[in-house]
Amino acid sequence: MRRGRFLTATLTAGYGFLYAPIALLVLTSFNDSRLTTVWTGFSLRWFAALAHDDTLIGAALLSLRIAAISATGATILGALAGYALARLGRFRGRIAFAGLLAAPLVLPDLLIALALLLLFVFAERLLGFPQRGAGTITVAHVTASLAYVAIVVEARLAGSGTTLEEAAMDLGATPLRAFRRVTLPLMAPALLSGWLLAFTLSLDDVVIASFVSGPGASTLPMVVFSMLHLGATPELNALATVILGGVATVLLVALFVMRRGAGASGFGGEGGPLRKRRWLHDARRGRATEQASRAEVAPPPPCS
Amino acid sequence: MGAFPRGTLTGGFRRVRRSDAALRAPMLAPTWAWLFAFVAAPAALLAVLALAVAADGVPPFALAISPDNLATAVSDPYYLAGFLASLRVASISAAFCLLIGYPLALAIARTSARWRPVLLLLVMLPFWTGFLLRIAAWIGLLRDDGWINAALMALRLTDTPLHLLYTDGAMYAGIVYAYLPFLVLPLVARLTRLDPALEQAAADLGASPWAVFRRVTLPLSLPGVWAGLALVFVPVTGEYVIPELLGGPQSQTLGRIIWDEFFANHDWPLASALALLLLVLLLAPALAIRNRAA
Repeated sequence: MRRGRFLTATLTAGYGFLYAPIALLVLTSFNDSRLTTVWTGFSLRWFAALAHDDTLIGAALLSLRIAAISATGATILGALAGYALARLGRFRGRIAFAGLLAAPLVLPDLLIALALLLLFVFAERLLGFPQRGAGTITVAHVTASLAYVAIVVEARLAGSGTTLEEAAMDLGATPLRAFRRVTLPLMAPALLSGWLLAFTLSLDDVVIASFVSGPGASTLPMVVFSMLHLGATPELNALATVILGGVATVLLVALFVMRRGAGASGFGGEGGPLRKRRWLHDARRGRATEQASRAEVAPPPPCS
Repeated sequence: MGAFPRGTLTGGFRRVRRSDAALRAPMLAPTWAWLFAFVAAPAALLAVLALAVAADGVPPFALAISPDNLATAVSDPYYLAGFLASLRVASISAAFCLLIGYPLALAIARTSARWRPVLLLLVMLPFWTGFLLRIAAWIGLLRDDGWINAALMALRLTDTPLHLLYTDGAMYAGIVYAYLPFLVLPLVARLTRLDPALEQAAADLGASPWAVFRRVTLPLSLPGVWAGLALVFVPVTGEYVIPELLGGPQSQTLGRIIWDEFFANHDWPLASALALLLLVLLLAPALAIRNRAA
């Protein structure tokens, strides 16, 4: 009984700490008054003000564009890196590869930002490009979020074994075909969550963007940061509510997709409703029993 | 890694190896190129610039081999104080994160497997709602006409609003709030992997719940604790935004100093020298994180 109470109390306090500030922020965004804590009535005027703020909207559109492109780039490169780490064993330079990959993940943004700016400045002097702006921010964000995708993909592949690819190739598929038809679908949930992670990291970044941007290219966080320097405004509360709603929707959809696709390997129990997954699942089990029946080989470890 | 099950039939094994060889070069080349161009080269340039000297012009430096900036960075009391302030802020923040995060992680780990993914998602949700807007939420809480002062005055605990914003306390609150998930997530991962039979055995042999925790659960969770602490400590050491927006002018952390040297004083070589020293300082804990992750 004491344990039950400890659990409830801790969870309440912990999630209260995490959510109370956000809940109050959302509440404030619907307050008609400019003062934070004086409630003068329900109003959407701050949302209307937000809808007419061309600076914020322009910055938001730029941020979304940069986030979409950089997340796609990070997903492609990160998937290659994650595949290499999970499936290529001890390739030459593996330690250096993993080290360079992880550096932007673990080091403070400020170091990455300053170092990348120096690169862009030197490149501009020596080669005449790149012009600093949205392009350089995109490149910097790919670099900063690459490792997140690689980790998610690597974890997914390392947990699923190579049995399925072997089965495909035993049945006559070329390596490339096996990769395209078996490995890629296997990686798909990791690619989706990696892309979303990279996307939100890009949308969230203020330090790297501030350093590597040029005149004229201000992302949403850069604009919000300069507004916050003067203190929070009701318009920013409305912006927070809009973003919160958007992120919550995307996350719920992602959770739903992951639950359906989790199938044999994740939470959600036996096989998802997707027929392709069910097929993969059956194929894997068939393969396992077939191997076990060949007496001289041990059955592979369970693939979850 | 490399712990994936190897092909068990020799035929399959050989086929996989062959496919590896075929895919190796096209798989690795683009990422290698990217990492060299945008991670290794910039790091090298940081060292080049740390040895350069400041000069008038665009960009504001002249290439040289001068130890002056590095010498200034390690000997000037102002920068030394910045290093110490950053280390202090990072240590205290990590300690607070642990104090709040450990019970939370333990509670999440003890929840049934059915609800755990939901609770974990709820830890990550604020983490994905925009870093700056979470800081904005804290400004709304802490400002003179904010929620905390309104509550204190409604309870008649104070007549005049307390000055809470732009203090060290506000800065720590913001940092702990922003970085708590980094500590909780690896710790939950570690705690859920512990064998419940061990705690059960200790309890069966007469240990009190506290003794079970102190002698069994806590020691076994230590790898997760160290990973979580490092994941908070390393980025907070270079943190700029939170001390700038919530902390007072007295909290001159290294992140703020580097930013100001760069943007306000246009002293790129000195900023690079400070950044290079910070990089060296953080290399050991950063490597520790990587080894845990890999």
